[in-house]
Amino acid sequence: MAIDLPFIWAAIIAFAVLAYVILDGFDLGVGILFPFFPEKHDRDVMMNSVAPVWDGNETWLVLGGGGLLAVFPLAYSIILPALYAPIIAMLLGLIFRGVAFEYRWRTKRGEFLWNWAFAGGSMLAAFSQGIALGALVQGIPVVNRAYAGAWWDWLTPFSIATGFAILVGYALLGSTWLIMKTTGKLAEKARWIALRTCFATIAAMGIVSLWTPFLEPIYLERWFRWPTAIFSVIVPVLVLGCFTLLVSGIRGKRDAQPFLAALGLFVLGFAGIGISFYPFMVPPSVTIWDAAAPDSSLSFLLVGALFLVPIILIYTVYAYWVFRGKVDPEEGYH
Amino acid sequence: MFESLDATLLARIQFAFTVSFHIIFPAFSIGLASYLAVLEALWLWKKDQVYMDLFNFWKTIFAVAFGMGVVSGIVMSYQFGTNWSVFSDKAGPVIGPLMGYEVLTAFFLEAGFLGVMLFGLHRVGPKLHFLATFMVAFGTLISATWILAVNSWMQTPAGFGMNEAGQFIPLDWWKIIFNPSFPYRLTHMVLAAYLTTAFVVGAVGAWHLLKNTAPRRSRTMFSMAMWMAVIVAPIQILAGDAHGLNTLEHQPVKVMAMEGHFQSHPDGAPLILFGIPNTAEKRIDYAIEIPKLSSLILKHDLNAPLAGLDTIPDNLQPPVAVIFWSFRVMVGIGFAMLGIGLWSLWCRVKGTLDSSDWLHRAAVLMGPAGFVAVLAGWITTEVGRQPYTIYGQLLTVDSISPVAAPAVAASLIAFIIVYFLVFGAGTFYILRLMKRLPRDPMPDLEDGPIRTAAHTHAGHAHVGHTHGSAHRGH
Ligand code: HDD
Ligand code: HEM
Ligand code: HEM
Repeated sequence: MAIDLPFIWAAIIAFAVLAYVILDGFDLGVGILFPFFPEKHDRDVMMNSVAPVWDGNETWLVLGGGGLLAVFPLAYSIILPALYAPIIAMLLGLIFRGVAFEYRWRTKRGEFLWNWAFAGGSMLAAFSQGIALGALVQGIPVVNRAYAGAWWDWLTPFSIATGFAILVGYALLGSTWLIMKTTGKLAEKARWIALRTCFATIAAMGIVSLWTPFLEPIYLERWFRWPTAIFSVIVPVLVLGCFTLLVSGIRGKRDAQPFLAALGLFVLGFAGIGISFYPFMVPPSVTIWDAAAPDSSLSFLLVGALFLVPIILIYTVYAYWVFRGKVDPEEGYH
Repeated sequence: MFESLDATLLARIQFAFTVSFHIIFPAFSIGLASYLAVLEALWLWKKDQVYMDLFNFWKTIFAVAFGMGVVSGIVMSYQFGTNWSVFSDKAGPVIGPLMGYEVLTAFFLEAGFLGVMLFGLHRVGPKLHFLATFMVAFGTLISATWILAVNSWMQTPAGFGMNEAGQFIPLDWWKIIFNPSFPYRLTHMVLAAYLTTAFVVGAVGAWHLLKNTAPRRSRTMFSMAMWMAVIVAPIQILAGDAHGLNTLEHQPVKVMAMEGHFQSHPDGAPLILFGIPNTAEKRIDYAIEIPKLSSLILKHDLNAPLAGLDTIPDNLQPPVAVIFWSFRVMVGIGFAMLGIGLWSLWCRVKGTLDSSDWLHRAAVLMGPAGFVAVLAGWITTEVGRQPYTIYGQLLTVDSISPVAAPAVAASLIAFIIVYFLVFGAGTFYILRLMKRLPRDPMPDLEDGPIRTAAHTHAGHAHVGHTHGSAHRGH
């Protein structure tokens, strides 16, 4: 058998989306937490903690979208019209929060506006991403290589639930990031928030996980039939493990542990969704192989990706390394 | 307001609106990134503080413009799917990998080093910092290369076949990337970005020369900008001419519309300088024309025959009036830029480059000219490709998503409101930053020996970062 290019690409795209979710997740989370930190000085530090890296984090979203167009054009052209409203809302949210990084320092009188843009934009983007996830999980009707539903089909109680789940999940990532990167009262408050959002995140994961199998018969089968049912045991156990590390890290004042444990939670949640989805690209009818571009497209981009993604990871790590350690409250070029 | 419009027209308006906003920022940031790299290189080489001061001044402006470019660009990459899903499904196998390479080779590079460039000088030291600045500039050029390969392939498709599902499938990547119009479009666009930036920098320098605020810095940037104008403007005109000849070969209908040739001219076509295109009657009213010149320019022969739009079925013609005008606006600005360049050269020779108020006023006036020319050029290119999205292969009406008109209308209204608010505010902040050359970011330091002294004790690795909260540019 030849190399299964569509499968490899599905794995790469999944990796890009996961990288996006955990990386932009924490900087969106910092934005979501803005309203809880009314003091200007705290907000300056919070923003400076993510300012050097947010653009790189968001580039994974462009890779996820652009990559989908390149290697699964059919999936791209079905999913985007189906999720039209949440995608547009996400883009608008990202505009507001993205420009706030610069605008906020350019005006005294208008600063409150860009504080709101940063917080509101981050919340809108996170919530829309959650809704998009929910709408994808609940399935998209396809006829003749095109989306066959109406333009508000994405709106269901389930997708609203996933919207809130992502919102609290990102808030957890943001607060654990702040524990790691800041000091003093700001870090104390982040601990307080992290302790609460981690319970909320676990609850949200539980609700969504219990709900999912009842949306599509395939998911039910996947989770309760041998051999895939092993995952139904393993994943929750690992989730509990991460959760314990998270709580003990927050309580025990180990600064990096909560963030890493929260990343673990996200990876597990993502793996859970992946297990439900496989082998579909657009549940419940379009598989990875239906959606794939011809092999000539897949192999052309794969050569570059195998070579470039490791390089990207190296200089991304370098960029994080340059800005390692606690944020110095007096620093920043602003 | 939108009842009479169908989803296709709304989606076209939306694409044109968002991409037109987007291109304004790259046109500036491609040029400015290179300018920053040059400034930092000059600083490292000559150790003259004036270059570092200019670097810091333009760096802040760059950060604001770049941020706007990023957020408007992300909208673009999703817009292909939301509004043009049939196009995406069919053309994705060919253009998708090119855009994938743009992300992998350019966007990550820019984003990865941008943080270091903006915030990292005192953490990594001057040499590595220069590397970061260079990488950002290099990234913008790589980005332009890939995206223009994509756009050029849509203009002059090559190297592809079709499969049963109706998708374009790649057969020869070399031919796809180096499609017939790509080298011309890339050259012309990169030069356009450099010219645009040169005229912005020149306008800011000239404005401060007129106000006499910080003579040394404004003189340096004005002089650098005017060198760019005098060198790049003529090259751009030659590149544009070559681009036009290439278009005549591959998209003759577009050239007919640009030239306003409704009729065929069997023995030498006139060059129509100005006139009012009358689409209903298919002629140019009040035309001011020079006989046979068009044949001379396009065919290098006074009497060469040139076909006109009368040889093309009506439903395959692009809208003539728009292209006719946008082309003239671009070319007019191109010659005006050349004029400023020559004028500055003359003043330079006479030794009045720093003191000629009229030259400075003209340069201020020309500050936004590059943006207008870039938009006019893209409108010529894109509207001239109609009614196709992939020239000769896929019609625009067959590219559209199955999304209801009200959804497109609602999102269009949202984009219009948000873009004007957000990018309007950004433009305001940029203009204010430009105005604050002398007093901010170093209110207590003036040009001259005092400033130099203040910096020597700070040490080179700290330059631009030692000002703490006094540095905040409010
Ligand atoms: C990668 C491809 C690509 C690139 C780089 C551009 N365009 Fe484009 N453009 C399209 C791909 C496209 C398209 C998807 O093919 C559209 C959408 C509808 C259409 O007919 O073509 C289009 C339409 C379109 C229209 C509407 C034409 C009409 O409907 O009559 C305008 C005015 C522009 N574009 C302007 C621009 C500008 C200012 C660009 C500078 C960045 C630009 N385009 C780059
Ligand atoms: C219509 C097609 C286009 C699409 C889909 C598109 C897409 C994008 C995206 C997604 C970004 C943000 C990348 C990031 O996260 O850093 C971006 C930025 C950028 N784009 Fe475009 N773009 C288009 C047209 C162009 C053109 C025609 C050029 C240049 C000739 C260009 C040059 C750039 C550059 C240099 C950037 C970096 C950010 C900046 O300079 O402000 N783009 N583009
Ligand atoms: C006077 C000299 C100029 C000539 C003869 C010229 C010619 C052309 C032609 C023929 C096209 C259309 C090509 C096609 O679609 O096939 C074009 C496009 C364009 N022009 Fe110009 N141009 C000139 C000056 C300028 C200037 C000064 C700028 C900007 C500063 C500029 C920016 C552009 C841009 C951005 C495009 C669209 C991208 C492209 O197709 O290259 N042009 N030009």
